[in-house]
Amino acid sequence: MSLQLLGITVLWTFLYGYLIVASVDFGAGFFAYYGKITKKDHVINHIISRYLSPVWEVTNVFFVFFFVGLIGFFPDTAYYYGTALLIPGSIALILLALRGSFYAFGNYGAKKGNSFYLFLYGATGLLIPASLSTALTISEGGFLEKKGDSVEFLAMKLFASPYSWSVVLLAIVSVLFISASFLTYYADRANDVDARNVLRKFALFWSIPCILASLLVFTALKGHNARHFSNALDIWWMFGLSFLCFLVATIFIYRKKWFGWAFILVMLQFFFAFFGYGASHLPYILDPFITIHTAVTNDAMGTALVIAFIAGLFLLVPSLGLLMKLFLFDADYVRGKK
Amino acid sequence: MELDSVMLSRMLTSMTLAFHIIFATIGVGVPVMISLAEFIGIKRKDAHYILLARRWARGFTITVAVGVVTGTCIGLQLSLLWPSFMRVAGQVISLPLFMETFAFFFEAIFLGIYLYTWDRFKKPIYHWLLSIPVIIGSSASAIFITTVNAFMNTPQGFTLRDGVITGIDPLKAMFNPATPSKVFHVLTSSYMTSAFILAAITAWVILFGKKTEYHMKSLKLTMAAGLIFALGTAVAGDISAKFLAKVQPEKLAAAEWHFETGKNADLILFGTLDENREIHNEIRLPKVLSFLAGNSFDTEVIGLDKIPEDEQPPLWIHYMFDLMVVIGMYATFISAVFVFLMRFRGNPFNKPLLWSIVASGPLSMLAIEFGWIFAEVGRQPWILRGYMKVAEGATRADHVGLTFLMFLALYLVLAVMTVIVLTRMFKKKTPEQEFEERYSNAF
Repeated sequence: MSLQLLGITVLWTFLYGYLIVASVDFGAGFFAYYGKITKKDHVINHIISRYLSPVWEVTNVFFVFFFVGLIGFFPDTAYYYGTALLIPGSIALILLALRGSFYAFGNYGAKKGNSFYLFLYGATGLLIPASLSTALTISEGGFLEKKGDSVEFLAMKLFASPYSWSVVLLAIVSVLFISASFLTYYADRANDVDARNVLRKFALFWSIPCILASLLVFTALKGHNARHFSNALDIWWMFGLSFLCFLVATIFIYRKKWFGWAFILVMLQFFFAFFGYGASHLPYILDPFITIHTAVTNDAMGTALVIAFIAGLFLLVPSLGLLMKLFLFDADYVRGKK
Repeated sequence: MELDSVMLSRMLTSMTLAFHIIFATIGVGVPVMISLAEFIGIKRKDAHYILLARRWARGFTITVAVGVVTGTCIGLQLSLLWPSFMRVAGQVISLPLFMETFAFFFEAIFLGIYLYTWDRFKKPIYHWLLSIPVIIGSSASAIFITTVNAFMNTPQGFTLRDGVITGIDPLKAMFNPATPSKVFHVLTSSYMTSAFILAAITAWVILFGKKTEYHMKSLKLTMAAGLIFALGTAVAGDISAKFLAKVQPEKLAAAEWHFETGKNADLILFGTLDENREIHNEIRLPKVLSFLAGNSFDTEVIGLDKIPEDEQPPLWIHYMFDLMVVIGMYATFISAVFVFLMRFRGNPFNKPLLWSIVASGPLSMLAIEFGWIFAEVGRQPWILRGYMKVAEGATRADHVGLTFLMFLALYLVLAVMTVIVLTRMFKKKTPEQEFEERYSNAF
């Protein structure tokens, strides 16, 4: 595997990691708020906060990791995205900042159950995936224009694009689906039948829009970037596997069985779809300005980054394992006895 | 002053960093203090110290949250506001940036575990062990990010020709000449500032709340630690000054208003400057600058006459330098007096001293800000000293002014909320109540 390909695979894996952990987090915020206004908060909110409290900072790191790595491996991305995304990027940043800090304020500081914090938390939980997903939309090309030594972002074109809206829709509904299926599993582990039933309904409710939105994205992609679309057709089996995983997961959840496996299958569903999307996107990182070949950093730095990455994994994987062992797989903690 | 993209980008970056550095400093220093308190508590079987660690840790979560989100902001703003700079330098500094994230990751994981496992282990020392990776993570991320800043001051490990970078040596770039002194100074001053901030809070409570055994122990611990870290900071500062004299003479010369190269250079404290670069109202310490630069009064110190005019930093950084040093000495003095009275059975809890301690916390944080302003403005007009000037690195996008206002609003909200939440958190339950609840059965 070439260094470039290795680099982008590493980064894509991190983005996938962020997709999963952040979805759980973002969706949880929305469900917590929804629970509050429909007066179901006493049933589900303690489950949500018991899971989120020890892990919320870790979620943020996945994201930082991705963009630091991207700039490291492909410094040109800093130039194009940086120049073009000043305003949308700053808005996403401000939302992330509000969400992160208000989570801590609400959970550790203020009176419990303050609905203003919860509203901020729930609303940003849906706005952030929408705003972050536009970076992916832009990578398809057609929304940036090079003028002299400046890059301009064609915001109006993005607003008018059906492809862009289908991606936003997919981002939001997948967040809700991933989150609900995880929380169902978590509530089930806690032996909390009431919470599980509520969350299971959420999961089932969001499963259909999730798959419809994926189809919509495909159709819109055909109109927006034919090259990418035909690349995707070449690896159709990736998307087929993704759909299969989705089906089995939904059946498990519907039949109230094997919630743990169901969540793993949901993760696999997104794994195949996300990597299928990523693979067919190549060799472009930002169509047509940046490919993995033109923009890669020099070999010495690339090698150093890969070495640092592997060394880092030796540190991270066991620590993440410990975190999960203590808070995810420790039955007593999940049940609130610790 | 013209408010173009370059100026606005500088303003926004300064604002974000000035805000972030408060939480970053606390983030590096407070874990050390928490860990110290818990360790002493376990060793002496003294529940007061354990409670101290617990309460500090609870407040710490709030500052960490703000530190994390503002850190994310500056991380992305580097690319949003300085895309041309990142396109060039990004290739050389991505290794330390990457490693900084690893360290941060490591810290985030263990901080989560630390905060939620207080009563989960049979042996309390196991819980204390969890504080070690938190300290390693927070200090390591400070080290890595400081190497990036050091690189911008003394770039090396690459060749730049017509905007194209070749021959990159990542480790050489990371371990550039400025790295050792910067890292040393950043770490000691963060530990020091955190100790004085915690001490200032305690002294305030003793003045206006209660003087309990818990508070007296807290003040003794923070002041003793503060003294050690302050002495360390002084040593680090001295090393940094000698480094500047050798490698970045324009920064030291501007800081000291040292215009003519020569031996027996005087150290100027405060004072004013007229249009002809004549110094008035100063306190002049003869030959001390030479001594500071090279441990001997005959050391030749390079003056601004040797630096091309368009490469000279602004002269107002002199005040930043002086304020930083004076505050450092003040804090060292106050903690030394406290520790002296403590050792020799005086009364360290007298009112004037307590008031001085209250002042030392915010002053130390100000010194951090002054020090960074001095370090950063002192390398003007360069963004990459000797290679790229600030104006070449800035974004060419419009609307930087709007972005500035949005972030200004964000930081105002965060600042106000942090103060409100922290105050409420500690007023809700006094340490006495908490002590009663937690230990009434155990002891």
